[in-house]
Amino acid sequence: MQTSTSIQPSRDPAAQYVLRLADTCLILGQRLGEWCGHAPVLEEDIALTNTALDLIGQARALLTHVGQMDGQAHDEDQLAFLREERDYLNVTMVELPRGDFAFTVLRNAMVATFLKLAWQRLAGSLDTELAAIAGKAVKEARYHQQHAGDWVVRLGDGTPESRQRLDAALGQLWRYTPELFEDDAVDAHAAASGLGPRWSELQGPWRADMTLLLDEAGLALPTDSAFRSTGKRGLHSEHMGHILTEMQYLQRAYPGGVW
Amino acid sequence: MNAAAPAPQSARTVRAWEVLGTVLDPEVPALSVCDLGIVREVLPQGDAPDSLLEIVLTPTYSGCPATELIERQVLEAIAAAGLGPARVRLQRAPAWTTDWISEQGKRKLREYGIAPPGHLAAGDAVPVRFISRRSAAGPAIACPRCASTDTTQLSAFGSTACKSLYRCLACQEPFEYFKPI
Repeated sequence: MQTSTSIQPSRDPAAQYVLRLADTCLILGQRLGEWCGHAPVLEEDIALTNTALDLIGQARALLTHVGQMDGQAHDEDQLAFLREERDYLNVTMVELPRGDFAFTVLRNAMVATFLKLAWQRLAGSLDTELAAIAGKAVKEARYHQQHAGDWVVRLGDGTPESRQRLDAALGQLWRYTPELFEDDAVDAHAAASGLGPRWSELQGPWRADMTLLLDEAGLALPTDSAFRSTGKRGLHSEHMGHILTEMQYLQRAYPGGVW
Repeated sequence: MNAAAPAPQSARTVRAWEVLGTVLDPEVPALSVCDLGIVREVLPQGDAPDSLLEIVLTPTYSGCPATELIERQVLEAIAAAGLGPARVRLQRAPAWTTDWISEQGKRKLREYGIAPPGHLAAGDAVPVRFISRRSAAGPAIACPRCASTDTTQLSAFGSTACKSLYRCLACQEPFEYFKPI
């Protein structure tokens, strides 16, 4: 019998490395889905939900892989819907409320740039399944980066209102970016085993891409603060519980329900 | 087909490819799954006529909602043709690319009113560049109706994950463009 009892994913560092990616895709996909029917124009409504679809597709493949890696045979749905908050390992940035359109496109540009760089490196992973997922996802991330980046330029180089909103979004988001590049034992294990790069190795190319983008938009890279978010270690912002409540409602209320 | 008069193995495989050539993509019904290039291999798992026929499919996009429907339609078509037991195996690597769409497929797309994808250079050969509006200039996409390249993008994303929306400034008609990936 199916139950809605929570499951606990393994503490295996390789599984945690892949879960960080999977949950980052999953939670951003969920956030972007909130724009369905609410974007400022129809074209962007379609763009945001299509991006969400790609991210959730990537998350499904990664979660399925995690279920096989950690030997507990959890399927993608159990991993997506039956974990407790602290067992989600997404970076905090993606769980922040969707904000306005400027906040949404800037966050998308930041995350797509990060994921593009990660997928490029992961395409050479010694884990052939992860390499295969990355080889597909990198093409999608490039398109997301291009599209979100074009909007960042358009808003930054637009009206005083659009520029002010983009500037405000940059101020809100920037302090969540160092988390992306802070290494720990999970990174060390992945690098040593050939699973994937330490995320700190992606910081240089990420800053290069972001500098190019923000420069075109007429904005400068902000200075770093001492604040550190910790979502990828399971310690989330106050927004995480709320998004999980909405995401998990159906599986908790109707255990094992399928589409 | 008559299961009592089994065809030799190679003929079974050839026949399977023919049958798969009639299975249409549910989202772009101008193309068969073979035209689209997502059928990679047909592998009989033995010499017996009732051996399992493995069909290897490569999905187009990670989140393509049609993947599961295509799997089902492929198995139904093989069963309806009496080709014996079959299963589908999804293979991610190498990743699907629009370069796998056949020439026949590209012609069918154009006739259906969808501009076919241009040839794609190796994934990362073209760097992502952010272009200010003043100097915006994308690649010229030919209108599938009047062939004019005086066209403009209306929307980067379209009715399905694989397409974007354009408008022809010569004949004034909107059309879809199959994005090269």
